Amino acid sequence: MPVSKRTGSSLGRLITTPTFGPLIVLIVFCAVFSFATKTFLAAGNLSLVVQQSVIVGTLAIGQTVIILTAGIDLANGGIAVLGTILAGRLVAEQQNPVLSLLFALFICTTFGFTAGLLVSRLMLPPFIVTLGLLGIVTAITRLVAQGGAFPVTDDLLSWPGNAFAVGDTSITYGMIVMFGLYVLIWYLLTQTAWGRHVYAIGNNREAARLVGIPVQARLLSVYTFAGLLYGIGAWLALGRIPNADPNALQSANLDSITAVVIGGTSLFGGRGSLWGTLIGTLIVSVLRNGLTLTGIDPLWQDLITGILVISAVALDQISRRKQR
Amino acid sequence: MTTEVSPKVTVPPKGTVVLEARGITKRYGQVTALDHADLELKAGEVLAVVGDNGAGKSTLIKVLCGAVVPDEGQVLLDGQPVHFRSPLDARKLGIETVYQDLAVAPALDIATNLFLGRELRHKGPLGTWFRLLDKNRMRREAQHEMDQLKFHLPAIDSAVEKLSGGQRQGVAVARAAIFARRLVILDEPTAALGVRESGQVLNLIRTIRDRGLAVILISHDMPHVFEVADRIQIMRLGRRAAVATPQKHTMSEVVAIMTGAARGDEGGERNGG
Repeated sequence: MPVSKRTGSSLGRLITTPTFGPLIVLIVFCAVFSFATKTFLAAGNLSLVVQQSVIVGTLAIGQTVIILTAGIDLANGGIAVLGTILAGRLVAEQQNPVLSLLFALFICTTFGFTAGLLVSRLMLPPFIVTLGLLGIVTAITRLVAQGGAFPVTDDLLSWPGNAFAVGDTSITYGMIVMFGLYVLIWYLLTQTAWGRHVYAIGNNREAARLVGIPVQARLLSVYTFAGLLYGIGAWLALGRIPNADPNALQSANLDSITAVVIGGTSLFGGRGSLWGTLIGTLIVSVLRNGLTLTGIDPLWQDLITGILVISAVALDQISRRKQR
Repeated sequence: MTTEVSPKVTVPPKGTVVLEARGITKRYGQVTALDHADLELKAGEVLAVVGDNGAGKSTLIKVLCGAVVPDEGQVLLDGQPVHFRSPLDARKLGIETVYQDLAVAPALDIATNLFLGRELRHKGPLGTWFRLLDKNRMRREAQHEMDQLKFHLPAIDSAVEKLSGGQRQGVAVARAAIFARRLVILDEPTAALGVRESGQVLNLIRTIRDRGLAVILISHDMPHVFEVADRIQIMRLGRRAAVATPQKHTMSEVVAIMTGAARGDEGGERNGG
């Protein structure tokens, strides 16, 4: 196999960057919808697109890090819903809002920690662990909610939904929190040893162990941290929904996986980028918004998303086979 | 600039014993894998360990790299008794092991693989407070080390999966060479490689030896062993049957001792050691 001295031209590098494909898809969708409707590109609408992606976008951060370790999380939406119900009910019962929110964050983190313990110490498959946790968390949510929903009236809980205007565009605090989290986790993943260990564990777990990476501790930290992110996702959700409702966010678990996969991260672990996930989240959100604006039945959105997911996984599989 | 990355060990004079194993015994239930096995490794030499399947060579190596705790016997490093509970213990004392199954992370680049688990951070608050990796320094030092080892690789930031099998093995061996302070253990490093690629790896082994490190090479491949080894320890029935040298022994003599067709002369090494 001939090997060139350099990895390739800058154009070649750009094309082989894992986020390149998803970015093109996003641009194409945006272009199509801006031609199809006049309203798509309006500042108010673009702001809406981003607002609609805040919850899944945040859950997808945790999902990305877990998938990079060759794991998967089927419970993240369920954990976030539990977070909203806990905070919502406690505040509805006149508890201190700050403590209520911290308690919700703590419980979400604890569920992440539990998943991490089971995955790293007992070596259970993440798929099974999080599937079981989803059932447990959903049951606890219903027990706590007792058939009710809790109106979000508190200023602290609804704070992420507050907006300020920059020109014509309204920016919510939730958007800023989400982007801040993306920057933070991007930094951890790409600029610290922890991030390299995450990639190495997903890429070749045995090699990671043999070079002395504390694999168990890293996995535990990944799942625990993801749990905290789901708790923050719960807070962002409280900023967008009028009631903390046990039936909310039913599709968030799978939506977060969809975003990660469309964003070009490999389900086999070790490959992918966090920005790809943000792009993947926006693709889904743009699609939903654009189809609604053009008057097409939004049911088509699920169909197109399904095609995108399968295409993304197929591309990943083909490129992996080529590397052999 | 070379830095603390490859601490140029005060290389012990060539010929001094760096590692010694005495009377190592390891039993698995009824099976005695090692039966009072000995081993002596000198600075600046390549010691090949050969033996038939079940002769105990891999168990002996696992004892030396900390993966197996022996039932009896002593391991001495620079004359001091050591007790390894895990491979990490051995690594801390300057023993690096390259395992058979290409222990690299294929999607990560060469420099990242070389420094995996031992990443360098920026000096100052960026490193201590923000844990910021010094990628430039790692790339520079990785390049420097590969140049020193005279091992030719494509750009240091290309993914390992883009490399040939020999180059990948080269990365794994180079990582061990860079961080080893006393000795490098190589478990069948050429088993999966073609002729030319094996040649590259064997050259790398010679370069490591010439730097003054001691090398233990486990191999099934007699021509490779004779090409690169200074001494050959022949294992049979869980103990050292003989120590041969490529100068004074032929391959068929070594194979004869391995299989028991000829008596080993344990204790009476002919090269006088």
